[in-house]
Order: sequence, then structure tokens, then C-alpha cells
Amino acid sequence: MIELRHITKTFADRQVLAGISATFQGGQTSLIIGRSGSGKTVLMKCIVGLLTPTSGHVLYDGRDFLAMDKHERARLRREVGMIFQSAALFDSMSVMDNVMFPLDMFSAMTLRDRQRRARQCLDRVNLSEAGHKRPSELSGGMQKRAAIARAIALDPKYLFCDEPNSGLDPKTSLVIDELLHGITHEYNMTTIINTHDMNSVMGIGENIIFIYEGQKEWQGVSADIMGSTNKRLTDFIFASDLLKEMRQALTEK
Amino acid sequence: MISLSTMLRPIATFGRYLQLMAKVFSRPERMRMYWKQYVKELQQLGVDSIGIVLMISFFIGAVICIQMKVNIQSPWMPRFTTGYTTREILLLEFSSSIMCLILSGKVGSNIASELGTMRVTQQIDALDIMGVNSASFLILPKILGLVTMTPVLVTFSIVAGLGGAYAISMAGILTAEDLTYGLQHSFNQWYIWMSIIKSLFFAFIIASVSSFYGYTVEGGSVEVGRASTDSVVHCSMLILFADIFLTQLLS
Repeated sequence: MIELRHITKTFADRQVLAGISATFQGGQTSLIIGRSGSGKTVLMKCIVGLLTPTSGHVLYDGRDFLAMDKHERARLRREVGMIFQSAALFDSMSVMDNVMFPLDMFSAMTLRDRQRRARQCLDRVNLSEAGHKRPSELSGGMQKRAAIARAIALDPKYLFCDEPNSGLDPKTSLVIDELLHGITHEYNMTTIINTHDMNSVMGIGENIIFIYEGQKEWQGVSADIMGSTNKRLTDFIFASDLLKEMRQALTEK
Repeated sequence: MISLSTMLRPIATFGRYLQLMAKVFSRPERMRMYWKQYVKELQQLGVDSIGIVLMISFFIGAVICIQMKVNIQSPWMPRFTTGYTTREILLLEFSSSIMCLILSGKVGSNIASELGTMRVTQQIDALDIMGVNSASFLILPKILGLVTMTPVLVTFSIVAGLGGAYAISMAGILTAEDLTYGLQHSFNQWYIWMSIIKSLFFAFIIASVSSFYGYTVEGGSVEVGRASTDSVVHCSMLILFADIFLTQLLS
């Protein structure tokens, strides 16, 4: 479980996050949604420690990340997996070496066990045939799947995904969503996904947080979204005229 | 009028450079992985530069020899002067300082653009998230690799430069005997060591300054390009600046 307590973040004199508190349960796929520039990515970077919040606390199963020293943070980070918007695979290595990297760096396994574990992870994301390829030889969806394989190699307790579906077609996005949802339950991870893909919201959103101008505007599950009366949320969700008409038709039925 | 913040910017940049170096020289986490990186950098930064070093040094050696023959040699000067001056120029300045200036263009821009691209494509963030000291893991092997390989490159450069001079003697511009006598005349072994010692400092400057510019890139491809250019410009200036002190100190 990850708990955020009154997270604020200010750049120069601009406040990007204004006292966000939230809880993300283990074994659940939590989504952070909001318009571009609403502060989603800054919030995620604050949670994983790429940015330091101006104030507030980030608790990983009760352990305050911001109060930890360098070594405790390094230890905690071995329990964290992250999938970046750009996949962020190491382009000087093959896909197999990418997945092996966290194992080589941090596990005490033998080479054979590390290779076995890497192959398992690649099998799990249906990339067993692509291990020898370079990241540049893979399609966008395959790169994301390779990034998922690398993220789960050390069997993390916490998984973070920053817009995992950006740049992908709807069908591939569904595959990625199902994969993330599947491994969250399989490994009982606390998964947090930043997205503005409404298919993801409706498909895998077990806990959804809507951020508006740096503040938590709404929290709920995907089933509640359709009936929500929060204007900012409905404006975000039903942004196009087509979606508005669909919603009206559903309401009239 | 120059503002105070503009005047303080170089000091702030130097401070950030020192902070990065403190991170770079912290204790490595997994020696096996660092060793792997180190061997890769030996290949990428050193072995892959041998060709260009040999080629440039050979031609510059030949050109220096011709220039000395044409411009210095006269009936009033001993016949070995061309060989003597060619050797002194190659040993004292060309194979260490000028070769490192050339390397700062090839290797420095390579390091800055590699690290800059890793930064903007979030590969460095990925390392940080995993709990890897990205600065140390990426930069330390580059510094050690280049510091290891540069004396080798300098030695190759000296040999290739002298080869170029001999090629000129084979063309009949001066005799091989005169050239050989000149090359051996009043030879001071310390000059070779001086060249190698200077190159160690220059290698550190190239690897660390280029890494600093690449690692700290913010933005996209334009900024990566700018970082690459900045690294070459600053490395060149620092090499020339350090050359003055090192030459005075070691002479």
C-alpha cells in the first residue's frame, strides 16, 4: 500500500501540486487521470522520488520515503518497478540484457537462474522470441511489453506506469492494459498508472484519482464515473461532442 | 550591462560539476557490472579512436617534417634540424595536447550526446528508479576507460607521426640518415613521460566535462545537440588552459 499525505510541489513561484492525499491499495490497479499539465507526472515523480515534494509524506507500507537515508532509499527502490512513457529501454543492450539488467545488478542468483528468470518475464509479456533483438528493432507496443518485463524482473511490490498507452493503437493499448492488470493481481503489487486513455479508465480502473490543476478533484471506481456529477470530471471524460451525446443517450435510456 | 547572475553562472556550473563528480566517485555497487562497462568504454572510447589517431598523426607528422624542411632548414643550420624540431613538436605538443583536442571533438561529443540522449529518453531516470547510482555507473567507467586508453593513443600518435616524417624522407625531401640523426639528437626521455602525464589530465577533462554536459541535459534533441557542442568547446578551452600550467609545471 502507498499512502500520500498532503503532497505539495512548487516550482519557483508556481504551485503544481496542492496538498494531495490518497491511498493506493496493494493488488489493485490505481489510475491517476487528468488533463495534460494537471500535475499527474509531477505527482508520480514525487511518489517515486525523481522529484522531492515541497511538503508532505509518501508512505510505502508505512515507511516514509522522504525520511529515508540514501541506503534505505536504494533498498526500497529494488522493490519498485517503473514503466516510462518512452519505455526507456537501454538501447545499447538487447531486450534480454535489458530484462537481465536489474537481476545482474541486484540479485544474488547464479547466471543460469538470472537467465531463466529473464526468459520467464519475457514469456509473461509474450516476447520470448524477441530477446536477441535491440529495442530499436521493436514496435512501440513491443517496447512497452519489454519495459514491463524489465520492471517485473525483480518481482517488485510497487509498479508505476507513466502513460503506458501513449503512442499506441487502441488494440495494443488494450493488450498493455490487460497485461498490467493481470500482473498486478498475479504479483499482488500496488500499481499506479498515469493515463488519459479512457479505455484504460473504464477497463482496468479499480481506484481512480482525478487531478485538476494540482488538486485531487475526485476519487472513485470506473463504475462511478458515468454517473458522476462532478462537472470538471465530466468535462474531462466527455470532452468530445460524440461522447457527450453517447452519455446523454445512456442517461435517457 | 552584465547582471550578477550571469557573472555567477560559471561558479554555479563549476559547483554542479563538483557535485556530480562527488556522485561519480562514490563506491561502486556491483563491481562485475562496472568492469563490464569499463571494458565496453575501453573499446568504444579508446580502441575505436586508434584509426583516426594514426591517420591524423601520420599526416601531421609528414606535414610538420615538410614545413620544418622548407621553412627552417638553411645552409647555416645543421642538416639534422628538421628531424630534431619535428620530434620536439610531436613529443611536446602535438601527440599530447593537439591529439587530445582532436579527441575532445570525437570522444567528447560522443559521450555528451550518448548521455544526453539517455537523459531525454528517460534511460537515466530508469536507472535511478532501480536504485542504481546512475552518475557513477555511467560516468566512472568512461573516465577510467579514457584515462587508461589515452596514454596508449598518445604513444600510437608519436609513432605514427614519426612514421609520417619517415614517409617524407622516403619521398626524397630529406635523407633518412639526417632525419634519424635529428630524431635521436639530444633526446630527453622525460619528454615522452611529460606527454603521457599531460594526456592523463586531458583525458580526465574530456571524459568528465563531456559527461557533465550530457548527464545534465534538460529538454530534447536540440538541447542534446547544444550539450554536445558545449562539451567540445569547454573541453578544448580547458585543455588549452591546463596545457599552460602543465607545461610550466613539468618542464
